[in-house]
Amino acid sequence: MRNRVFKAIFLIFLFLLPSLIFAQEGMEEAEQDTLAPPDTIAEILSPTEIKAFDTPNDAGENITITWEAPEDPYGIIVGYEIFRSEDKETGYEITGFAGKKTEEFKNRTNDGVVYYYKVRAKTSDGKFSPFSVISEGTVSQPQWFHTGRINALVAVVTFISLLLFFVSTAKKGKSLFIRKIAGLDALDEAVGRATEMGKPILYVPGLSSMSDVATIASINILGPVAKKVAEYESTIIVPNRDPIVMTVTRQVVKESFLEAGRPDAFNEDMVFFLTDSQFGFAAAVDGIMVREKPATNLFLGMFWAESLILAETGNMTGAIQIAGTDAVAQLPFFVTACDYTIIGEELYAASAYLSRTPVLVGSLKAQDMGKAMLIVVVFAMLIFAIVNTVFLLTTDTPNAILSRIIEFIQGWFKV
Amino acid sequence: MKERKGLIIGSVILIIIFIGMLIKGEPSKNIMVWIAAILTLSIYSFLYRDNIFYKFAEHLFVGVSVGYSVSVVYQNAFIRRVFDPLFITRTYIVEGQFHILPFLAVVIPTLIGLLMVSVFTKRQAWLIRIPIAFVVGSYAGMSISPSFQANIFEQTRSTLHIALSISSFIMIFGVITTLVYFFFSKEHKGFLGRTANVGIWFIMIAFGASFGYTVMARISLLIGRMNFLLYDWLGVIK
Repeated sequence: MRNRVFKAIFLIFLFLLPSLIFAQEGMEEAEQDTLAPPDTIAEILSPTEIKAFDTPNDAGENITITWEAPEDPYGIIVGYEIFRSEDKETGYEITGFAGKKTEEFKNRTNDGVVYYYKVRAKTSDGKFSPFSVISEGTVSQPQWFHTGRINALVAVVTFISLLLFFVSTAKKGKSLFIRKIAGLDALDEAVGRATEMGKPILYVPGLSSMSDVATIASINILGPVAKKVAEYESTIIVPNRDPIVMTVTRQVVKESFLEAGRPDAFNEDMVFFLTDSQFGFAAAVDGIMVREKPATNLFLGMFWAESLILAETGNMTGAIQIAGTDAVAQLPFFVTACDYTIIGEELYAASAYLSRTPVLVGSLKAQDMGKAMLIVVVFAMLIFAIVNTVFLLTTDTPNAILSRIIEFIQGWFKV
Repeated sequence: MKERKGLIIGSVILIIIFIGMLIKGEPSKNIMVWIAAILTLSIYSFLYRDNIFYKFAEHLFVGVSVGYSVSVVYQNAFIRRVFDPLFITRTYIVEGQFHILPFLAVVIPTLIGLLMVSVFTKRQAWLIRIPIAFVVGSYAGMSISPSFQANIFEQTRSTLHIALSISSFIMIFGVITTLVYFFFSKEHKGFLGRTANVGIWFIMIAFGASFGYTVMARISLLIGRMNFLLYDWLGVIK
């Protein structure tokens, strides 16, 4: 009984201790807050080190202004007013306001015009510090080359070189192996099933626009699928959310029917635009699924929150479902509600896998080579980190060369 | 027969609950709230099966959204980017001088866009390939650099901040094994196969976490809708 009482007191004390500490800190802060600031603004100095320069790596029409904040022991500065003029001596007008923790401001400008800037601090009681000195005259202009993206350029050039190498290898007739991808092998089965049942195939090319890689990948898959549909004399329904995607998908389906030697079987109404409203589209596709009862549903492309609504309704209708997307947040829903799921990178590999054309197979090989290079980099970095830590533990200082290499590699991947 | 009986009983119970809520609560006097509530219930009725209420709400939703987007595209694309620069603001005339480049900057995209309409003719339908090639080519080209940056550099950079901790090792192990799973050039057999299998485990664990997280977010959406029905509409929740 006594032990319990002690335990209870100890527990209460344990819970109360942090609150007591925080309360103590809060009181100290409150005491600091209550220190009244002097009744004069003279103690707030003007911002210093003002610099204005053309914002680098942009499309022009922008100047960056930086300054050093003055001492603010009483915390009364609420922000900074930035003034601008085209004449160094006169005509300064306020052009922007920056928060108290800011020492940088980006100002929209007209290219080719010389601008001068000065800054002053504003206090909580509406007073101002003296103005800073006037900045040098600055002109904004666009840059042709984004120096921050040299890494992307190197990566793209490397990737394209690999691509050209593998494409030429494939064109020379050397067979390039691609491993089995279950979800893609099931496409044939799914189309065949729909044909046997005399029901249509629903193909949703995602909800994104043509700028999305997943949409482009989906359209690449639509070609072979539509060709099989034409060969099996089945029907395909392709609802679209984006009008431009619709135009592309219609052309792809039309050409696939033509390639299969069945241009007469193509009907323009197979590919149609529904609505660009996300959930309006989802509601309409749900309606199609329960009314047309397609035997196979293919959801390939970019999907968002509607993924589960679509996949679950398709599951309810008993259709065989194959889904594929590179949207990581939506993949779990497809995994749970669909028969086969094509995960991320597999979607990009699909067109090469299905068509086996040298260009696409070559691109897939180049992607693999890229992944292999990444694995090597990650592995090498791990070893560097371990060795560097060993140095740190044994000599109390990290190895300078290794640290530099690590920093260089980390910096290279900076976006 | 049994299903119909269940349906009738269920409907009666729902009606009784609804009347009870109407009497007990303070229903909204705003007609728009009533319309929104009825449309919400019409969409929810799909949980039972496809029915006339769902069909009505679905077609209304699609129709309204299409009408809205047509007006937005007309105003933002045609009027603002074609009609205004050509006939109202005349961006190609500066200080009384005609400038060919700003003029072509409006006219050429407009003409390329108009080729989309060629699909309605039988003989000139092939012309649609020009805007399609332009769109697909430009979008593919434009997405190369951002894809590299967002999908490769950003991910790799985050991975490369290696600390000698268990979580860091797990992350690196997960990244490497997952990358191996997405390696298509080799058959997943032997060591590679086992590594890829570990990768699949990592992927599935990540999916599980993502699933739970997203479901929680969806539940908050459901709570929001229930709040609308019970607070804004029926006034049962005070």
